[in-house]
Amino acid sequence: MSARQRPLSPHLQVYKPQLTSVLSITHRGTGLFLSLGALVLCYWLLALAAGPDSYANAQAVIGSWPGQLLLFGWVAALYYHLANGIRHLFWDAGYGLELKTTYASGFAVVAVSIVLTVATWIIAALRMGGGA
Amino acid sequence: MAEFTLPKNSKIKAGKTFNAAAGAKRIKRIRVYRWSPEDDDNPRIDTYEIDLDKCGPMVLDAIIHIKNEIDSTLTFRRSCREGICGSCAMNIGGTNTLACTKAIDDYEGDINIYPLPHMDVVKDLVPDMTHFYAQYASVKPWLQTQTTPPPDRERLQSKEERAELDGLYECILCACCSTSCPSYWWNQERYLGPAILLQAYRFIADSRDENTGERLDELEDPFKLYRCHTIMNCTNSCPKGLNPAKAIAEIKKKMVERSV
Repeated sequence: MSARQRPLSPHLQVYKPQLTSVLSITHRGTGLFLSLGALVLCYWLLALAAGPDSYANAQAVIGSWPGQLLLFGWVAALYYHLANGIRHLFWDAGYGLELKTTYASGFAVVAVSIVLTVATWIIAALRMGGGA
Repeated sequence: MAEFTLPKNSKIKAGKTFNAAAGAKRIKRIRVYRWSPEDDDNPRIDTYEIDLDKCGPMVLDAIIHIKNEIDSTLTFRRSCREGICGSCAMNIGGTNTLACTKAIDDYEGDINIYPLPHMDVVKDLVPDMTHFYAQYASVKPWLQTQTTPPPDRERLQSKEERAELDGLYECILCACCSTSCPSYWWNQERYLGPAILLQAYRFIADSRDENTGERLDELEDPFKLYRCHTIMNCTNSCPKGLNPAKAIAEIKKKMVERSV
């Protein structure tokens, strides 16, 4: 027998993505993304404090199409992370851990974050009155 | 730090194909992970075409059929063929389950079979369970008492106390849940994983056990218990329909309850 080292069996490579694991990694991903968003929020507030010129500059950056795309992403990430965070609070209290409930709450979290994201952007667009 | 890719010696290569005998009408392709310490090579996937008319209904029947009729070198664990021993736990069609209680008809198209994920492979579908069993022993899976038992009878339980063990005592330690858990993949040296934590809770929940405090002390650790991030893959994969995630949540609740 050779002294060949035992291989490690495949894991991520073969395990089927499922609602359970996909929502979990999305929660972590949105969390990381949101912490970047917090830096941008700080930048925006600093720009505001630094005077009208720098504020106009920041508004232009955020108002550009990549800026708007990122902002949309942050709004979506915020609602998802919030909704799924509430789901986690229920779990931590010992509720909703049955598989059926877990799937129902998982789909609900996705639906709620889509609805809230779209609603936020519609309301924002209406408030801006197209003048932004 | 978690390694998301396979080490060099574990990368999977293409393998051989064993075609079905002429005249076979209902052919199913089973693709199986193969590795032997005697071959100086990486793991490979061998493809076996089996004739469903000559094979029993379960995935385990298909694997036994392959070993008996096509390729006797195929190595796997099996014993009871009725979902009570936990030996034939493996990754079938992308999720962990018992080969003996899963029907071939439950899978459309080819069936991919791998050993339980993120484990050292002894041979083919046989993973090294040494560490898993050592973790099981570490939670002292037996009743511990401080008081002396009554002289004239056993330590009795009420029906309600006994009911607390339902959904816990049925665990057969097949390791489907633990090896479906990404946290266990990345931290199995220190994280106990869903199966062992469910077993730990089985004794915490037992009214006859008098060492609950010590058991909780043992588990109060950022890794042993708290690497559980409620991913829920464990509950999703349990072939006995148990809920390890709920058992872990109950342990976490007990930790909070005793500190407030």
